[in-house]
Order: sequence, then C-alpha cells, then structure tokens
Amino acid sequence: MILAVAVPIIAAAASPLLAWREPVYIAAGFAGVVSMCLLLMQPLLAGRLLPNLSPVTSRNWHRWCGLALVATILIHVGGLWITSPPDVLDALLFVSPTPFSAWGVIAMWAAFAVALLGLLRQRLGLRFRVWRLGHTGLATVTIIGSVVHALLIEGTMEIMTKWALCALVLLASARALAKLRVWDVRRRA
Amino acid sequence: MTGVTFSRRSLIVTGASALATGATGLMVPARAKGVAPTPSMRGGSNNYRPGAPIVDRIGGGGFWMTGTVRRAGDGAPLPGQRIQIWAHTTEGHERDPQSHGATLTDANGEFRLEMPQIVPAFGQPHGHLAYDSGAFETVFLRPIMASSKDKTLAAHFVLQPA
Repeated sequence: MILAVAVPIIAAAASPLLAWREPVYIAAGFAGVVSMCLLLMQPLLAGRLLPNLSPVTSRNWHRWCGLALVATILIHVGGLWITSPPDVLDALLFVSPTPFSAWGVIAMWAAFAVALLGLLRQRLGLRFRVWRLGHTGLATVTIIGSVVHALLIEGTMEIMTKWALCALVLLASARALAKLRVWDVRRRA
Repeated sequence: MTGVTFSRRSLIVTGASALATGATGLMVPARAKGVAPTPSMRGGSNNYRPGAPIVDRIGGGGFWMTGTVRRAGDGAPLPGQRIQIWAHTTEGHERDPQSHGATLTDANGEFRLEMPQIVPAFGQPHGHLAYDSGAFETVFLRPIMASSKDKTLAAHFVLQPA
C-alpha cells in the first residue's frame, strides 16, 4: 500500500522536467500526483478493504482523505492557474486544445459534488442506500475522469508507475463497489 | 495545328492518358479558391506577447522552429512576413519575455528560427506561433511535437488578406 503510493511519487520526483519548472508549477503537478494517491485510498477505506482497521477508523480516515483530496485538487488547479492562467481558463471553459483537460475538469466537479454529498449526508435526509448510490456514482465519474486525465498527460509522472497506480485505483474501486453492492438500493429485509 | 497528325493509335493513347490524368486529379483547372486560409488553433494565443523583437536566435538555441507563409487562394509564398514564436523551453516558461522572439520569412516565404529545446508543459510538448501584423488576418498556431525528443517543429501559415 505504502509502496503503491510512494513509488509513483518518488518516480515523479526524479523527472527531468522538474529542472525546467518553477516551484509553483512543480507543486501543482505534485498536488495532482498526490490526488491520484488519495483516490486510491478512498475506495479502500470506504470498502473497509485495509486490514487492521476497524470500520469506524476506516470511515474516519475516509472523511479526512476526502477533505484532503478536495484540498489537493484546489492546489493542483490553483497552482496551474498561477503558472499559466489562459490555459487553465480554457480548461475550465471546456475550450482547451488538450483533450485531457476536459476529463480533469469533469473529475474535479464530480469530486466536489461527492464531497458535498458526504458533508451533507445527514442534512439531506436521504435513505442511506440511495445516498450511497449517488455518492459512489459521482465518485465513479471522478475516478474514471481522473484516470483518463492522468494517462493522456505527458508530465512528470513516469509512465510505468503512472499506469500501475491508475490500474490500482480502478481495481480498488471495482472491488469496493462490488463488496458493498452499491447498486442494490432495496431496503434491508 | 500544322504538322500535328493523329494516327488512330496515337489519338487513342493521348485521349486515354488525358482521361486518366484528369481522373487522378493531377489536371486541375485554375481555381480562385485554391489554397484555403489556415484557421487559428485552440489555445494558440495563450501567453502571447505582442511585439516580440526580431531576433537571430531565442536564447541559447539547439532547437529549430520552421515553416512557410503563403497567401490564401493562389498559394503564393509571402516574403518578409513577421512570425512570432514562443514556447515552454529549457530556458523559460511561456510567459517569460526571454521565451519569445520573432523572425521574417525569406524570398520563398520560408522561416526558421533557432530556439532552446521545447519541453512538455501543460501535458504536451508544443510551440506557439503568431502572424499578427495587420496586412492579413491574424492567425495563432499551436503545433504539437510528435515526440518530446524532437529537435525541430514545423508550422505552416496560409494567410487571408485582411
């Protein structure tokens, strides 16, 4: 687990591209890499797939990782904005020449919506399984969007570790969704 | 037409070859709208700095930006046209003034400007070029390198009179 997260970050830290980037741009890039690592943690924690963690601890970590994910996405986009405002504006308005931008922006808005659903769960008053279907449905949009976003980019992430991390994110997500049977919204008998 | 006589064989051969040439599109009648103008590319004008100086070389060089400038319609090469070039390179970001420079096309409408190696930025190794001198419609290009290890990149302009 630690290996799966540490290796891609260390590999990205060795990227030759870093030599030609300003600190803000480097920070923005790494915020993106950390976001992807947090995206691996989220389904593992939600699905209680990590050993030696009680369900309550798992849930608590899921909340904190979720908030951290929102923060790293904001740093990612904010840092890119400082580096090149017109490129980020194009991305946010869906007129960017780079196809991965749209995937990233969709993933970002879905992630914010997922976080909001998490924060407002009790206030919304939805039946738990209905709420969970919405939460995981939007999370799936974030996961697929983020993976496509990352794979299409030629950036600081090293190619093998990037593909491996993305594959792990997809695997963990599929495993968690299957274990929780999120599509089953019937009341428990 | 004196002196030109067609035997039946030569008439058939000439006629058939003319038909074949016509079918392949090699024999095209002169058309007013022959060469279409190049449209600006998405994101082409990002981080543009109008009025970048004409330089012999941007920074230390080692990488070549090349291309041609032609007139829409007849496709005639346009000499003396000012093309501005900028990119994220080993020597600076797109926004940095030292990453920008301009050059003029030669008698054949061709330009080439040496600049530092372009490196991937915002996910793609790409350059920016602008024609923005007024006599023709402004065009911004944003070509992408097939590989970030390439040592050259080409971009071609077909300009529409303003």
